[in-house]
Amino acid sequence: MKNILELNSVSMIYGPVKALHDVTLNVREGEWVAIMGSSGSGKTTMMNIVGCMNKATHGTVFLDGEKISRLNAKDLTAIRRDKIGLIFQQFHVISYLTAVENVMIAQYYHSMADEQEALEALERVGLGHRARHLPRQLSGGEQQRLCIARALINHPKLILADEPTGNLDEANQEIVMDIFHQLHGQGSTIVVVTHSPDVASHAQRVVRLEFGRMVREEQPVERHVA
Amino acid sequence: MFFRMIFGAVTRQKQKLLMMACTMALGISLATAMLNVMLDVGDKVNQELKTYGANIMVEPRGASILSDLYGVREGAGVSGKFLFEAELPKMKTIFWAFNIVDFTPYLEVQARVNASEAPVAMVGTWFSKHLDIPTGESVDTGVINLKSWWEIRGAWLKDADESGVMAGAAFAARNKLKEGDTITVAVRDREGRERAAELTIRSVYHAGDKEDDGLLAPLAVVQRLSRLEGKVDRVEVSALTTPENDLARRAAQNPHSLSRHEWEIWYCTAYVSAIAYQIDEVLTDSRAKAVLQVAASEGAILQKTQLLMLLLTVLSLACSALAISNLVTANVMERSTEIGLLKALGASDGQISLVVLTEMLFATALGGVVGYLVGIGLAQIIGQSVFGSAVAAKGLVIPLIAVLVLVVTVGGSLPAIRMLLRLRPTEVLHGS
Repeated sequence: MKNILELNSVSMIYGPVKALHDVTLNVREGEWVAIMGSSGSGKTTMMNIVGCMNKATHGTVFLDGEKISRLNAKDLTAIRRDKIGLIFQQFHVISYLTAVENVMIAQYYHSMADEQEALEALERVGLGHRARHLPRQLSGGEQQRLCIARALINHPKLILADEPTGNLDEANQEIVMDIFHQLHGQGSTIVVVTHSPDVASHAQRVVRLEFGRMVREEQPVERHVA
Repeated sequence: MFFRMIFGAVTRQKQKLLMMACTMALGISLATAMLNVMLDVGDKVNQELKTYGANIMVEPRGASILSDLYGVREGAGVSGKFLFEAELPKMKTIFWAFNIVDFTPYLEVQARVNASEAPVAMVGTWFSKHLDIPTGESVDTGVINLKSWWEIRGAWLKDADESGVMAGAAFAARNKLKEGDTITVAVRDREGRERAAELTIRSVYHAGDKEDDGLLAPLAVVQRLSRLEGKVDRVEVSALTTPENDLARRAAQNPHSLSRHEWEIWYCTAYVSAIAYQIDEVLTDSRAKAVLQVAASEGAILQKTQLLMLLLTVLSLACSALAISNLVTANVMERSTEIGLLKALGASDGQISLVVLTEMLFATALGGVVGYLVGIGLAQIIGQSVFGSAVAAKGLVIPLIAVLVLVVTVGGSLPAIRMLLRLRPTEVLHGS
């Protein structure tokens, strides 16, 4: 399997603070990697760099073979749109659009909106029956599943999730993790940023960050699903 | 999808957009009302000023010279020059016909009342004469409209009442006459023959001038008594005019001193001198002159009123623009998370700006239309309460308001949108 993501000696410096320090990481195509760490460990900084929302101060980043570490904002937007599916801890949705329209909006900015395909994406996350509902009519778990459907709709090379279950109860956390397992089973590459050992335990590989440094890599044994 | 987004925003964020539409409606209603009143105030004030008398005097050319040289105007029998009553409707056919609000002819003779030796000035005039104009229109004009400030004890005379007369307050008091009394009036014609008639005093007028010491009768009566049928010795004209400027003053002295271009401008502008010139063109051997004191005062009042209204309008427009622009800015700023999400999903700056601006323009255009209609109503209230008449809805206001809505919306949105476009998605999506 080729590397879908490569970080080589990546550092991120904000004034006197080194948020990320000389991090090197490779993620293979189809792999599920969890990046773990406590608050301030640099995991969100790392997600922003990998998600093309920020540029590293030092080091190089390759995504799907393309060097993204020196691209301008416009090119980064294009990479983000074409290759990455983003899922955030907060359920960021457009409040005045229905569930299916929220999915279609990602299609619209990527290529062309296709309602049927958007409905199928909602079916995949178990929200087919809620397609015409507005976000305020959905529960927190349903809103997060909507965000997952939106992240999947353009068949991204990499699904990047930042604390995807951080605002969910246990039952909804299970549902979301089940969806991730399905996606992984279908060959999607997933990088999950989390502070939760439980969420990390679903991944194939866990990368631990502390004070901006990668301290170790481990294979979770407890609940690994291949 | 673009239209679904706009539709979703418009139909599912009704309260937000309604708030913006309402603010826009309030601002635009004020702007519309002020603009309409400002554009109409000239005509309105001009109309008001017309109630204070004529601003053009037309006399026979010979009589005019006497009055210019010696400052006297003695009426019939001195200059022996007259204007023709039958020609007067032609005044309503000149280029500025619609600006001639009222006019009335006079024929003044010396009369003996009740065989008294002391002559009394008896003036024949139109009271409210119905005229059919050669253009096919008809007007009612006369001294009733022209001397609206006169105090009348009783009622104005009718033109057809050939046995009635109105007595000046001073004359009536001196001769102990009142309404209903009958007097014998004798008028000597130019050949020395005297004609008499018995007339009944229908009412007594108080003009506050030397006219109070005379009699006022229908023109036909005075013409018959003096054997001057169809003749008048002067005409007073009340016209809506544009304040005089250098060009008008030069033209008043000598219209032929103007270049062709200047002459066209002058002739096609409602200067009092231009209207007087055009009256001269249609009345035989006439000399129309501006009553300069009245014309100048009217011009000054008009200019000051228009300047005041212009300042008020600019002030109200600026206040409206600020209020609307603040609301638009606040609305755009509220949407930072939404804009961050759109950026994260790959939307370009142009695409985001287009969506936000279209929504804003939809709401503000809706508010603009409602505001315009409300503003027209407000203008009517102002017109009725200040001038006692409706304010005309000027077509020019519509494009002005459209431009205002566009400028205020885009102007109010752009700084906020620019600020938001500089935001990185990470700043708003991670909540930090």
